[in-house]
Order: sequence, then C-alpha cells, then structure tokens
Amino acid sequence: MSAFTLPSASLLSQSVLSGIFVGALYGLMGLGLSLNWGLLRLINLAHFAFAFLAAYLCYELASRGLDPLLALAAIVPLFFAIGAGLQGLVARFAITPFNSLLLTFGLTGIVEALIQSIWTADFRKLESSYAQQKFKVGTLFVPVPELITLVLAVAISAAVWAVLRYTDLGRALRGAAEDAPIAAAFGVNQKANALLLAGTCAALASIAGVCLALSFTLAPSQIYAWIGVVFAAVMLGGLGRALGPLVAGTLIGVSEAVTMAVTAPSWAPMVSFTLLIAVLVLRPGKSA
Amino acid sequence: MKRTPIAIVGAGVALAGLPLLGLPPFYDSLLYLMLHWIVLATSWNILSGYTGYFSFGHGAFFGAGLYTTSTLLARFDWPFLWTLPVAALVAAVLGVALGAIVFRVKGVRGELFALLTLAVTFVIGTIVGNTPLDGGQGVSLSAVPVPPIGPKASATFYLLALAAATSTLMIAWGVAASRFGAGLFAIHDDEDAAEVMGVPTYRYKLMALAISCALAGAAGGIHALFLSYVTVGEVFTIAVPLTVVLMSVLGGTRHWAGPAVGAIAITGLLYSFTAADHAIAGKAATGAILIAAILFMPDGILPRLQRVLGRRRTRLPSAAPAQPTASALPTAAEAVVAAPGDASARDRRGATVRVGAVLLQVRGLDKRFKGIHALSAVDVDVRRGEILGLLGPNGSGKSTFINVVSGHYAATAGEIRFEGRTLTGEPAHRIAAAGIARTYQIPRPFAQFSVVDNVALAAMFGGAVADPAAARREAMTWLEFTGLAGRAEARPDALNLHQRKFLELARALASRPRLVLLDEVLCGLTPSETDAAVALIRRIRDQGATIVFVEHVMRAVMALSDRIVVFDHGLLLAEGAASEVMKRPHVMTAYLGTAAVAGARP
Repeated sequence: MSAFTLPSASLLSQSVLSGIFVGALYGLMGLGLSLNWGLLRLINLAHFAFAFLAAYLCYELASRGLDPLLALAAIVPLFFAIGAGLQGLVARFAITPFNSLLLTFGLTGIVEALIQSIWTADFRKLESSYAQQKFKVGTLFVPVPELITLVLAVAISAAVWAVLRYTDLGRALRGAAEDAPIAAAFGVNQKANALLLAGTCAALASIAGVCLALSFTLAPSQIYAWIGVVFAAVMLGGLGRALGPLVAGTLIGVSEAVTMAVTAPSWAPMVSFTLLIAVLVLRPGKSA
Repeated sequence: MKRTPIAIVGAGVALAGLPLLGLPPFYDSLLYLMLHWIVLATSWNILSGYTGYFSFGHGAFFGAGLYTTSTLLARFDWPFLWTLPVAALVAAVLGVALGAIVFRVKGVRGELFALLTLAVTFVIGTIVGNTPLDGGQGVSLSAVPVPPIGPKASATFYLLALAAATSTLMIAWGVAASRFGAGLFAIHDDEDAAEVMGVPTYRYKLMALAISCALAGAAGGIHALFLSYVTVGEVFTIAVPLTVVLMSVLGGTRHWAGPAVGAIAITGLLYSFTAADHAIAGKAATGAILIAAILFMPDGILPRLQRVLGRRRTRLPSAAPAQPTASALPTAAEAVVAAPGDASARDRRGATVRVGAVLLQVRGLDKRFKGIHALSAVDVDVRRGEILGLLGPNGSGKSTFINVVSGHYAATAGEIRFEGRTLTGEPAHRIAAAGIARTYQIPRPFAQFSVVDNVALAAMFGGAVADPAAARREAMTWLEFTGLAGRAEARPDALNLHQRKFLELARALASRPRLVLLDEVLCGLTPSETDAAVALIRRIRDQGATIVFVEHVMRAVMALSDRIVVFDHGLLLAEGAASEVMKRPHVMTAYLGTAAVAGARP
C-alpha cells in the first residue's frame, strides 16, 4: 500500500482538471444509457459496445485520412439506425427491463466478437491532428482531444435537457415514461417516440465512442472496463435526467483523479463505487 | 416429490465413478467447469431467482471464498480441504453484513439492488488488490499440493466440484420444496403482501443470501486451487455475475434445476467453440443464442419444457361458479335506498350477535406522512365477535387505520393492543402471526402462484400448518368456503375481479385469524356479487372471527355492521350503532354529503 503523500498545488489542480475531462466522458457515455433506462425502461449494456464500435469505425476512417470530427457525420446516422432497430426488436417482443439487460449483453458479445475479428484483440490508438495538441493556461496543461470531449459533453447534455424540458416531444417522452397507457390515451405516439429516442441514445453512444477514440487506446476487452463506473454515474445522476450523468460523472472523475494523486491509481475505483453505494443506501428514492 | 433428492444423490454417486474410466484430463476439466458453473449459478438462484433480488455481486462472494482459501494456503499453510468451510463462512458473513444494511432499505429493489451489489464487488476487489491479500500481483498456489482424492489432480477437482454441485442442487431443491422456499417465491411476487401474510421477509432474504454466499464461497475455494494462480482482475468483475445470470435465466430462475440446465448448455457451448479454435465465433454464437433465448423463451428452457410436456396431461375442469359479469357499479342511488334506519336492512342482519370483551384496543393512534396528518389521536375498541364498520369520506384515514393496525405502516404515535398484547411497532409478519389478517382493496395475489398456492401460503405462515402439503389441503377447504374450489389450479390473472376479491378473503381466512381487516372488499362488485360477498362475510363471523371492514356501499354497511365508527380528516367523528350514528347531523354533513360524489367515482 502506498503511503499518503500530499501533492503540490499545481499537481492537484492538474489532477482536478484531468478528472473533469474524464468525468465529461463518463457523463457523455452515461447520457444515452440514462435516457434509455429512465425513459424507455431498457437497460442497454450494448451501449458500451456501440461506443466501442463507433470508436473503431472512427479509428478506421481516421487511418484513411479522414478527420475524426468529420467522421461523426457518417457514424451518427448509422448508429441512430442501429439504436432504432434495437428498440423495434425490444418493443416487438415486449421485453422486461431485466431481460433487456441480458439481451443487450448478448448483443455486446456479438459486437465484441465482430470488433475482434476485424481489428484483432491488440490495442489500437487513433492518430489524428488533435492527438498531440495541447496548450497551457497558467500552470495547467489543457490537451485538445479532452477539451473537445468536454465541450461536446456539456453542449449535448444541455441540448437534451432543453429538449426534454421545453418541447412537446420532451413532455411526451417524460409522460410516457411515467405511465405509457395514460400517455397513449392522451394521444402520445409512444412507439414512434421510442424509436426516435432509442436512435438518439445510440447516436449519443457513437459520439461518446468518437471522443473515446480521441484520447484512449482501444481494445475489444476494454468494453467491459467502462460499465461499472458509467453505471455509477448514471445512477448517481438519476435515471432519465439529462444533466445528471454529466454532473455525477464529473464528480466521480474528479474524486478519482484526486484519489489517484493522493494515494495510488489502483485505489481509484473505491471512490466512485463507495459514492454509489452511499447514494443507493441513504437515498434510494432519489436515484431512480 | 421425494424421488427428486434420491435422483440428485443417485446421479452424483453415478458420476463419481467417471474418473475410473480413465478419460483424458481434458474431459475432467470440462466436466469440472460445468459443475463449477452449476454450483455458482444454482447458488445465485437461491437468492436471486427465488426472491427476484437479482444480485450482480456474486463475483464478490465467489471472490471472497477464493481469496480466503488462497490466503490460508499461501500464507498460513493450511491443508486445502480445511480452507473450504472457512471460505464458505467468510463469504456468508460478508453477504449477511451486506444484506443486514441493504435489506433494511425498502427502496433498494430490482435494478438498484443489482447495481448496488455490483458496486460492492468493485469495492471489495479494490480493497483485496491493494492489500497484502493480493498485493496487486496475484497469488500463486503452484506449490500447494492437490489432495489425492482422485487418481489424478484433474480427477480430484472433478470429484470436489461434483460433491459441491450435488450438495448445492440438494439445497436448492430442499429450499424450493419447503415452507422457506414458498416464502421466498412470495417475496418475488409481492414482498409487502408476503410480509402481511406472515412471511418474515427480512430474515428470509438474509437466510437465502447467506446460503447463496456460502455455496459461492466454497466454489471459490475449490476454484482457487484449480486455477493455482489467482488475480483480482479475473475474479471481482462483472463477468462472473453476468455469466450466472445468463445461465439461470436461460435455464429458468423459478425452478431449482433451471440454472444447472443453463450452466451445462452455456459451458458446453463455449467449450465446443474454444476446443475447435473458434473462440471469437463462440463468443458471437453465445450472444446470438442468448438473444434468441430471451426473445423466444423469456421464462427459460425448463419452464418451457414443462409447459410443452404439461399440455399432454388433462387439465382440471375449471368450472367456475356462475359469475355475473361486473358491469354496473354500486351507485349513489343505492346508498339512498339503504338509507339510515332502513328497517329491512337491520332485520336481515340477524339477532344472534354475542359481543364479548375487547379484542383490539387502539389508543391515541397517530399517523403522519410528512405534512399530512392521516390519523390523529384515534381511539377505537373492537370487541370479540362483532362486525365493526369503518366509514368516512375518501381520504379520511380508514385505509390508513387498516394499514397501521396490520403493520404495513408504522404508527407515528399511540398504542395498539391485541388480546392484551402490545403490537405497536411490530413488523407486519408478527402481527399476522398474532392473529390479525387483512385484505387489500385492490387484490394483490401472488401472480405466479396458483390460486390454491396463494391460499396455502397464508395457511403456512399466518396459520400453524408448517407442511406445504397440509397447507394445500387446508387451502382447499377455504377455497370451498369461498366458492373458488373449481379455480384452484388457475393463475390469479385468469380470475375476474369478484373471484380475486374472494381469493383475498380466502387468503385472509387461511391463517385462521381472530381479527380480519377488510379493505373495501365490495368496491367494484355488481349488486348481486355484493349480496354474495355480504353473505360470505356474515359466514366468516359465524366461524368465530371478528371483523373490521372499510366500506362505501351503504347497503352492505347497514346489513352487516353491529357498530360503526366514522372517520373524517383523520379524526374519529362518531361511534355507535349504524342506524343511530348516521342520523347525527354532523355525520350526515361530513359523510353523506360527500358520499354521493364518492359513489360516482369510477
């Protein structure tokens, strides 16, 4: 066990900043998961597989010279279609939330096998013009790929929040999540809305995947590494809430980064999961 | 029924001879893995499949056993077999400690429980990885000798796993066939109703968790030496719980043998692909099979098979008693017809009412929900042998009164004494055991139990019948009493509202209560169904039970009640004989004024 060492102020603030960056990715990953779970009662484990598939596609396109952000234009519609297709299947067979977990776990296995057969199990790293770019603010280094992730996460979360809160579509979705038959009786076309929402969630997963490819090395087995901490962010933030995953993800990211700076990196998971347990036990009503 | 344990042990003994055939070690390992997953999946199912509390923390309990054994072997040089009971114990203690906290929090059910247990897995994994238990390097057990139980090391592991699997299946069957198991299944279907029927839900969940963890811990202990090199990254993951969930759901979670069927299918499948060097294709195929299974057999392989085989058997003739369809609701007009002082209603009640000493004494009962004062300083006495009607407008506190007396809600203040014993603050299952039964306004049958099993559960837990078979016989007598005998083997969702209400009554009566609390049994029934129910309630009293009933149907109130109490805004407004109380001006304004509105609601 490493001794506790108090890091310097500049190291600490650099850790907080990197915590914010990784937290933004937790939030972006969690957003689609949270909406799918909270508003459609679909616990989509395949969300992570979608993100990785998008990351690999982005890697592939970038290796042929396409800018990763331009690749989004091709990737997002593709994943929207995949998500809507999955929702169509789930609705057709009236899957319970728990069976949806298992179904999407099966799908994750298929996607993992697909990735492995195309790109092998080796680690891959996207090379792009952004990869090495960073600039200095005061004593802090700000890497550009992480900054892109943060900006995207904040902008998208805010946009989703505004749609859910202020548009008729958002109200219809929230109403249908509370009581689908009653919402249908009031004229909500839940079937179409659900397809739209599920497509959006998968599209969000693909955006998170592109951000993932910008700053992390990829391997098929890494799909499972994100599940625990992103689920923690989703639950902490409250299911079906647009800003929740970002806020909770940032909180987790920062506390992990500070833990890593103060103790050892291997203690990092302790923070997020202890937080999650505390929230579930102390305020179970708030998190669902 | 008793053939099942003999078959399990017989299969175990027969399979124990397998290493003598001298199969290549390859087969020993495959069979070991199958048995290993049978133990893990079946042990998971005892808590999660039976009660519906899906745990994603099985990796933590498995890992606790695994690291207990490896620590005792590597650092303390214990003999291997002695470490296994310790591994089981450590895992069970860990589980009980977790359950003691988590099961107290009412909101942690379903997905929240799954997530919480998953988080616990990562926390324990982090602790193990960062302490000398593992040290981040993993623990090597290659120097530890394998006990010479079988002819080869691989045969030893096979025999150990076989013994573990046989005992696990015996335990899983024993639990499922017992009163304990019936209680667990009831928790799965409706935990609150189970508690009210007398199932000690908290204790049962803890016991199921302890058994589940102990078996997983023992499997972990065996697996530690099988692996001979253990690392945190391979144990405290989401992979272990996902695999066991997958196996159990594939096989069927409501049957003791379901997880074993799933474990054999999936292990065999994965192995056949890896053996043929198609590991990636195997992963994809497993995923595809899982998806197909969820889509086409959502209840699992075993229930599906049972259904296919069951079709051949002839069904019980399900001749329901003639039921008028529930169409017309009791309207406000009826309340006017049976207005206070209706002589014929009084006469129909019969004159042979022997009212005895105080059975239930409620003093100063208070119930607050945050700002709302649902009950304020209510004093009520219920005398032995009487039928007491609880009246009042909607929201006046009648149902709250029943919920507090039955232990569904805890009282904020005040005292409840039943037969001289203080029941205030007791959990609902103790109150049920003390002799108080209740019905729900909206019937809450256990959806996956047959009608007769619904009633048998109440007989087992509220009553004194411990044996499941005797409880079913007892249940049949109550189904005959309520006219549901022809529907005994039906599922509750096949019953109409009237029949479900009578099922509620049969469940309440099966515990042989001295006090029955009826919450709007007549609500939603047609006039002729109401008459049948009124006659039944009178027969219940004639059996010797005391009855407190909440009702809006005035005709029934006048026909049945010896005495009524009227609630308004949580206060006791009036008390006395029905015809006399309903003439009091303040009761008429408080109650009858709103009754017309109340009667017209859907």
